[in-house]
Amino acid sequence: MSASPSANPGKYFVPSPSYWPIVGSAALLTLAFGAVGSMNSLSWGLPVLGVGFLILFYMLFGWFGVVIKESEGRLYGKNVDASFRWSMSWFIFSEVMFFAAFFGALGYARMHSVPDLGSIDAKLLWPDFAATWPSTGPYIKEVFSPMSAWGIPAINTALLLTSGVTLTIAHHAMLENHRSKLIFWLAATIILGVIFLTLQVYEYIHAYSELNLKLTTGIFGSTFFMLTGFHGFHVTIGAIMLTVILFRSMRGHFDDKHHFAFEAAAWYWHFVDVVWLGLFVIVYML
Amino acid sequence: MASVPHGAPHTTPLHGDHAHDGHDDHHHVPTGLMRYVTTTNHKDIGSMYLWFSFAMFLSGGIMALLIRAELFQPGLQILEPERFNQLTTLHGIVMIFGAIMPAFVGFANWMLPLQLGAPDMAFARMNNWSFWLLPPAAILLIGSFFVPGGAAAGGWTLYPPLSIQAGMGMDMMIFAVHIMGASSIMGSINIITTILNLRTPGMTMMRMPMFAWTWLITAFLLIASMPVLAGAVTMLLTDRHFGTTFFNAAGGGDPVMFQHIFWFFGHPEVYIIALPAFGVVSQIIPAFSRKPLFGYASMVYATASIAILSFIVWAHHMYTTGLPMAGQIYFMYATMLIAVPTACKIFNWLATMWRGSITLETPMLFCLGFLFLFTLGGFTGLVLSLTPVDIQLQDTYYVVAHFHYVMVAGALFSAFAAVYYWSPKWTGWMYEEKLGKIHFWWSLIAFNITFFPQHFLGLAGMPRRIPDYNMQFAEWNMVSSIGAFLFGTAQIFFLVIVFRTIAGKSGIRAPAKPWDGAEGLEWTVPSPAPYHTFETPPAFK
Repeated sequence: MSASPSANPGKYFVPSPSYWPIVGSAALLTLAFGAVGSMNSLSWGLPVLGVGFLILFYMLFGWFGVVIKESEGRLYGKNVDASFRWSMSWFIFSEVMFFAAFFGALGYARMHSVPDLGSIDAKLLWPDFAATWPSTGPYIKEVFSPMSAWGIPAINTALLLTSGVTLTIAHHAMLENHRSKLIFWLAATIILGVIFLTLQVYEYIHAYSELNLKLTTGIFGSTFFMLTGFHGFHVTIGAIMLTVILFRSMRGHFDDKHHFAFEAAAWYWHFVDVVWLGLFVIVYML
Repeated sequence: MASVPHGAPHTTPLHGDHAHDGHDDHHHVPTGLMRYVTTTNHKDIGSMYLWFSFAMFLSGGIMALLIRAELFQPGLQILEPERFNQLTTLHGIVMIFGAIMPAFVGFANWMLPLQLGAPDMAFARMNNWSFWLLPPAAILLIGSFFVPGGAAAGGWTLYPPLSIQAGMGMDMMIFAVHIMGASSIMGSINIITTILNLRTPGMTMMRMPMFAWTWLITAFLLIASMPVLAGAVTMLLTDRHFGTTFFNAAGGGDPVMFQHIFWFFGHPEVYIIALPAFGVVSQIIPAFSRKPLFGYASMVYATASIAILSFIVWAHHMYTTGLPMAGQIYFMYATMLIAVPTACKIFNWLATMWRGSITLETPMLFCLGFLFLFTLGGFTGLVLSLTPVDIQLQDTYYVVAHFHYVMVAGALFSAFAAVYYWSPKWTGWMYEEKLGKIHFWWSLIAFNITFFPQHFLGLAGMPRRIPDYNMQFAEWNMVSSIGAFLFGTAQIFFLVIVFRTIAGKSGIRAPAKPWDGAEGLEWTVPSPAPYHTFETPPAFK
């Protein structure tokens, strides 16, 4: 590691006072009020929501900018690097638990609430309801088709798995200090991610316009769109993270020993990959 | 090593970088209010957590007193039933997320770096954000009283269908829960990383202070359970506004599913509150018994066992929802199993005191109060774990009495103990011992006047969360309300003690180690602790 004079090995880096956290808090408070307002159809809701997002993006740019500068100033020693590794691991664990809540809801609906609604106990209330999956529940009478696993979802699985491979090639290029190879494979990973997202959007349009499968299509629509939607949102975040890493790589940031930001983004990418495999098997195939 | 002069801004300007980010290129440390808004110092942030927690404790306390004022007599006197329901709902959320959890995060912020020999928390800037997310959440919660329809009124557990039918106050509640959850997750990641990565050389895991161990496990519980709560309230939100049917049987969902997801968070939450309290007690009882903690390793294993069990007992909150018989029996036995590691802890504390040279300063008094009353709350918990008994007692005042023995006499008393125990290190002054003792006895007696009669009320069948009651419950409700107001005033008295301590009214300056039986690195630095401590790792034993 090229130790600049400002780096103080053995001393843990503690950042100076910062305004960014309070900007972030202002952003979340504004977002919360904007969301409450817009969901309750108040005229000021959407504008406030927009302002909240602006403040949030301002904070993200500013705060990450500071972190990148500190990182490139080599203020983060080995010990800070270990802290980052612990924290990213625990953060991803928290994300796993967030998805677990929605997978749990899907499992509960399929194995408990829908069979229960079709059981003999519920016959008095819903005499015509057959407890099959996919289901809209007994009251919603809409006819819809579920998404087939072997069309776009299978292609998407291949895309994401491939992107995991290309990202690993990029990581090896980083470890070899092979800059152009790093940039090429990183860009390839992002492109695969963007194609995945494009196909997801296409799939949603297909679902709404041709399959009559909507967010409001009972418990199947609820779990399908919330699970795949949150996953798509996480892929978007992962793609943005990788894009930042790509631009940083093009600017000459990182070297073979100092690139935890790359690894963190890569861990995150593999995490969304694994969640997708769970989705593909549990939501699409079964 | 000491290349940065003591007391100077503890960072180094970034050389060779001309970019301006608009804020962080000011190389002076802000003063006044801005010092606290921008601070990255664990002691400043710890103090802010503690003051915020006390402000929320008073807010939640005022709600509790309004509830008790209404329940002073049968019939409706001062509150509309809707407002009463809003108050019980917000009292629960504000006390749990606003008062107790931030109090223990405040202790963690102040004491973990001192106990571990770390220069600060692992992520000092994120630490600031973890704290400063709480005031926006408080604004959303308190502000929801003033919107059309008022605050959320379905109980702090937010059960659908009530929470789906409620007005926009419920949306504010949902976003407040999201924000507080984000704060908790960031705080927990910070605490875990600090404990795992910033211990001074030589401090192996099994030589850490017990408070650090309990917080390590608590932080794990938080990271595992908070996202689940976030998922649950997100489903509420989409059911309310976007037409999903997670909790609507007509659409194939189930309101009971919310209860499963909620309590998968909610039961670990009980131990998120209790475990740091156990950690505090495990520091204080040895100090005032002048003996090392009995059974350190078994304490660690007991804490971990409680944490693991807390994830597999959630449906004991749901015995009356029509669980299958096998489920009822499983959850009953699994719940009773928690008594084993918990009793292990209680006996370890008793064994620590056995033949110790005990003195009864205020922190020790609060710990003894904790020990007696928390054990009582644990026993009523055992009573409630029995499915056939719980079916009778579900949603009665017996349950209210049970969890207030755990939350108030358990968590809150140990938080008071922690304040008295560590305040010499924070303020540089001893508190006034006589006033502390008055606070303890006042709180202890008032607490029991308030909550002990609620056992009788519950066993006699008085339901909770209802503003009116049958005449037969009048006497004990009156007693309980009198006790509540006595308890409330005791806490104003506590605030006076804190102010007097900070002002140095005792006239006794705290030495570096004010308690002769106390152990740990926090007592090797002067009192009050300097703004920056352990910038280089200290020697450990």
